[in-house]
Amino acid sequence: MDRYRSYQSWGGYPRARHTVKRLIWRDASLPNCDPDAYLLPYGNGRSYGDCCLNDRGVLLDTRGLKRFIGFDQAAGVLRCEAGILLAEILELIVPKGWFLPVTPGTQYVTLGGAIANDVHGKNHHTAGTFGRYVRCFELLRSDGARLLCSACENSDWYRATIGGLGLTGLILWAEIALKPISNPYLAVEAQRIRDLRHFFELSEASDRDYEYTVAWIDCQATGRSLGRGLFMRANHAPAFCANYPRTPLRRLRVPIPLPFSLINGLTARWFSFFYYHKQPAEIHGTIAHYQPFFYALDGLGAWNRLYGPAGFLQYQCVVPAACGKEAIVEILERLNASAVGSFLAVLKVFGEQASPGILSFPRSGVTLALDVPNQGKRTFDLLERFDEVVRAGGGALYPAKDARMSQESFRAFFPGIGGFKPFVDRRFSSSFWRRVMEESG
Amino acid sequence: MKKILVFGATSAIAEATTRLFAGEGDKLYLVARNVTRLERIRDDLRIRGAVQVETSVMDANSIEQHAAMVERATAALGGLDIALIAHGTLPDQKACEKSVEHMLRELQTNCTSTLSLVTHLANWFERQGQGTIAVISSVAGERGRQSNYVYGAAKASVSAFLQGVRNRLHKSGVHVLTIKPGFVDTPMTTAFEKGPLWAQPEVVARGIQRAIKRRRDVVYLPSMWRAIMFIIRLIPEPIFKRLSL
Repeated sequence: MDRYRSYQSWGGYPRARHTVKRLIWRDASLPNCDPDAYLLPYGNGRSYGDCCLNDRGVLLDTRGLKRFIGFDQAAGVLRCEAGILLAEILELIVPKGWFLPVTPGTQYVTLGGAIANDVHGKNHHTAGTFGRYVRCFELLRSDGARLLCSACENSDWYRATIGGLGLTGLILWAEIALKPISNPYLAVEAQRIRDLRHFFELSEASDRDYEYTVAWIDCQATGRSLGRGLFMRANHAPAFCANYPRTPLRRLRVPIPLPFSLINGLTARWFSFFYYHKQPAEIHGTIAHYQPFFYALDGLGAWNRLYGPAGFLQYQCVVPAACGKEAIVEILERLNASAVGSFLAVLKVFGEQASPGILSFPRSGVTLALDVPNQGKRTFDLLERFDEVVRAGGGALYPAKDARMSQESFRAFFPGIGGFKPFVDRRFSSSFWRRVMEESG
Repeated sequence: MKKILVFGATSAIAEATTRLFAGEGDKLYLVARNVTRLERIRDDLRIRGAVQVETSVMDANSIEQHAAMVERATAALGGLDIALIAHGTLPDQKACEKSVEHMLRELQTNCTSTLSLVTHLANWFERQGQGTIAVISSVAGERGRQSNYVYGAAKASVSAFLQGVRNRLHKSGVHVLTIKPGFVDTPMTTAFEKGPLWAQPEVVARGIQRAIKRRRDVVYLPSMWRAIMFIIRLIPEPIFKRLSL
């Protein structure tokens, strides 16, 4: 059920206070508000950290911009307003034989948010980022200018806005290229991985023939089994299969905010144990509906509440292949040595396809994502020690998941920042942007 | 495939409801004041599966146009199964206290214009011997409150009028639905601080769709408002008049 939404981020840290202006019509001008306050577009609040927050500023709630504008069913080109959820797009396009060319791990993000964070998915090694499939969009600037942006028209604005964290202006609508599918199912193979070396072997062997690959890593495993977990690879199912699974209907939801965190070292260990051992050791092939395959966590509504009032931090880095393996080992060892339990770590090898976005996060290398409960200084110190490894390896952190990286780290991770700054709208800002850019003192 | 006429089609609740109708492949005739907004919604509903979407610009306060509009819509759709009346405003209570003209204008927007449309539709459906008239009234019509009694009086009148029409049309098989939403998070209520009692227009829309299918007489949306309003109606007037509501 839709409820009145609070305007926070998915990780629940940091908290922010906002004046909220709701946008309903794409031809309207930006709402009147305090001329000294900064503006920031807000989609569905699924970024983890503070890049969707604008503490003491104005949020432009874009969820009212949720109309379809045009759908060329023959060519697979969809144009719609920016506040529409990927879930709503899928509901329309899947029965017509189309799919999103790239999808993140939740379908509850808006189209505008997917562009502003230049999201990626399990097919990054073959498809690259979401931004590569954005044919054009309209950008509304605070001076009232409306720019139609594409790879040929206003291409500098196009490149700045893809992955531009909502700072270049408001995306009103966008047109995306879809990919054809025969049915809503995927042929999935899962197998255990013994250790990190096994992961890299499997990844290399699978990335050629499988469109989607991803691994879940048991953060509790140490020593020789460091990096053990499950490897999943999949392709869209062929036109005819023997047994189609039923469409998943049941959805559970964490009904209320919990007063404490259910995620700690102990529960994480249990979970990891069961998750690893429920999987047969050998390769196991199934046909799965796209929803549980791509959006496993969407099956548990408001799962972020499991982390209690202090919230949690996501950490996602990418490290170039040259020192990728060593960096991941180092980070997992540092995680193991700490008392901070992580429930789930996700490991994937990114491909070579470059994004059009100047500030885009994904780049060739190996990416690791993990959730850690917010245990205050202990957690922050640990993540800072991860950053050292990522900096040394020439990698980067994902702004959509960050709530704490330092200014020095941000500059090191995003050397293109100088080329991006001129496109930032002077009335737009975010908690994230002020944190990583404001001159100290 | 149903044929549906909607007044106030650019309102948030109406738009959310027509999205559901479009998903079922219905035919729609949308009436509202703003031509651009109507076009935006028309394009969206066509993509969502509506077989036919027609639009027409009319201010509900142009009461002299009502009869012709009902004729035009039924002709364009080739008949009519459901009419949804969803236009309205939230009057500025203080302004209504200062200016009788302002108050009368708000009463026309939220009450008499609706009564006029219902009259034309009732006559049309009575001849046809079937169909649904669904009208958005409000829980505000159940008790007058100092903060909002012009709106409350308008909606009370609409609710009572619909009771009578339902009574009259019962024997001809026409379904009359009174929709009483509670607090709904829409552009009409932008100025309010929202809390847990507030519902999204999509939730109200699903309730409307269900109530039409089940041929309900009166529906509170979300349904908890039936209990809330039951209690509020029980408060004796000597006590109620002292409350700051």
